[in-house]
Amino acid sequence: MSLLDHRLVVVTGKGGTGKTTVAATLGVVAARTGRRTIVAEVARRADVSGALAAPAGEPFAETQLRPGLFHISIDPEDAMEEYLRDQLPSRHLADLLGQSRSFGLLAAATPGLRELLSMGKVWELAQDERRTPGARAYDLVVLDAPATGHGVAALAAPATFARAARTGPVARQGRLIAQWLADPARTAVVAVARAEELAVAETVALAEQLRARLGMELDGVVVNAVSSDRFDEDAEARLRAALTEDIEGASGWAVRRALADLGVARAQRALMERLAGDLGLSPLCLPLAVDPQSGSADLDALAAVIESDGHVLREVRGKGGQRS
Amino acid sequence: MSLLDRLADKRVVVVAGSGGVGKTTTSAAIALGLAARGRRVAVVTIDPAKRLAQALGLEELGNEPRRVDPARLSGHGLAVSGELWAMMLDPKRTFDDLIARLAPDARTRDDVLANRIYQELSSAVAGSQEFTAIAKLYELDREGDFDVLVLDTPPSRNTLDFLDAPDRLTGFFEGRALKVLLAPTGLATRVVGRGGSIMFGVLRRVTGVDLLADLSVFFRALGGLLEGFRERAAGIKRLLADPATTFLVVASPEREPVEEAIFFHGRLREAGMPFGGLVINRVHGDEHPEASTEDVAAALEEPLGAALAGAVGENLAAFRRLAARDARAVERLRTRLEVDDSVLVPQLDGDVHDVGGLAAIQRHL
Repeated sequence: MSLLDHRLVVVTGKGGTGKTTVAATLGVVAARTGRRTIVAEVARRADVSGALAAPAGEPFAETQLRPGLFHISIDPEDAMEEYLRDQLPSRHLADLLGQSRSFGLLAAATPGLRELLSMGKVWELAQDERRTPGARAYDLVVLDAPATGHGVAALAAPATFARAARTGPVARQGRLIAQWLADPARTAVVAVARAEELAVAETVALAEQLRARLGMELDGVVVNAVSSDRFDEDAEARLRAALTEDIEGASGWAVRRALADLGVARAQRALMERLAGDLGLSPLCLPLAVDPQSGSADLDALAAVIESDGHVLREVRGKGGQRS
Repeated sequence: MSLLDRLADKRVVVVAGSGGVGKTTTSAAIALGLAARGRRVAVVTIDPAKRLAQALGLEELGNEPRRVDPARLSGHGLAVSGELWAMMLDPKRTFDDLIARLAPDARTRDDVLANRIYQELSSAVAGSQEFTAIAKLYELDREGDFDVLVLDTPPSRNTLDFLDAPDRLTGFFEGRALKVLLAPTGLATRVVGRGGSIMFGVLRRVTGVDLLADLSVFFRALGGLLEGFRERAAGIKRLLADPATTFLVVASPEREPVEEAIFFHGRLREAGMPFGGLVINRVHGDEHPEASTEDVAAALEEPLGAALAGAVGENLAAFRRLAARDARAVERLRTRLEVDDSVLVPQLDGDVHDVGGLAAIQRHL
């Protein structure tokens, strides 16, 4: 089963590793396969449209960025309004409640409610029968989720609320969404890491948290900004030998640069092996592909890497009974 | 004047920026640099890399600062005449401690700590780390054991949460929401009691009554802490706006951290908080802009052979693409933040995970 055959791919990981870049790139790849795809981000951010160099759409609007590729920035307050309209028998009641000051304050003060409403909207986007009037179904939703701890909290919010509320509509709805999210045939989770100590440790911890709190497994790991491996051991020996000769100025700098970068690439390789060993997953490595003008990642270049390597798209685990 | 010199008369240094830009390392390096200038410094970190934590003697969550063994600090070309203390924040424990401290009596304390809503939701949601970090900072400042406190802010996706934490808390505990909930005719009473109004009938229908009952117990118990929270939040606001407090903005030269830094600086200005400087980490610097990559590769053909010289050239070209990006990012940050003396820390070859690495960084500050 391909990663892209799920209905929802949740992209999370340590802050600063490039979650948005990876989520947007997966969106680009999916749209190129003809899937009607939407990349969603939460908490009123517009990073995805920024990464795709597109103007940010209206908040909560499903905006087309490229053919077949849409984007939405989910605001919990809008999600609340939509939820009330959907749940209540009349528009009048929904508006009454929506405009109620005390209800608004209660909603704002209730810990975790924002996460619940945001995840509820993500779930809604991924349904065949959309609840949003007149909205068309998507083949795939890619969620640019918050960083590790907050990302797990967001994924856990429906189940947490189902437990806390026990009965009633919130519990029912929470349970429905929680079960849907926990179904490995529908939802996949991808962690984004860098080949750095802290990011690797956090990725391993993320896998443990997902398993312990949600019974979910990581379906893929993407290691971002991996250095090129240009020099083998023989090359290293010759570079070191050359340094002892009289190479100075820019040439000497270039050789020292090469030796330093070689050391970084080697350390990265060791960390990625540790990551792969700890997770039992082979990570997909994305090179540092930067457009020097904008400073943004070159998404088309990254999409081409995923399409040509692509094991992250094919070898999704857990489809042969590996999930317990 | 170096950044560390400018921080000489500060009591609180808050280090802010988006996740992954090296905030923790920068905070630790600043603390080390200030200790080397003779001050008694405590650095409060959130989640340091394991080896950095080990280097600072922070293997366990203590939630109180511990002195970094002076023996660890010696021998890195630094004479540390002051003291370096460090602590790793435990947000859940900080929150529990705060409740215990503010509760007027043991019963209120136990009611809050035992409440299901508090347990299940309060430590896991966005914003609680920000709030607990700032609450801890405030406490350490009040205890007055240190000349200067350096706070490494949580890796929040939205740095806004951090600045808003005291305000949101004041706003909430000032009683707008609580009044509604706690007044004799308020929500809590209506939910728990017979509650006849249409609105609360609807509310109950949407949320499920059990949840509301738990919530109202939670808020009622918190109501007992109202006075303490109000004072605390006002004190935190004063501390953040104090002339002896300063905010450093940390960025790396990539698109998102740059935009986040610009945004955060704007927020500081709006909130009237003191901006104390810009640190840009992981900057790729071109040391020989005068030499073209082609010339360098050509000059290396004789000692290295054509193939290896070509690979060194390719490597240099890739490095220079990053250097060009970084130069643009630095320029943009300096223009937008209106600073001309930002601190640039070069891309180091490998993770920083020991006192030697911190000592090397603080030389750039």
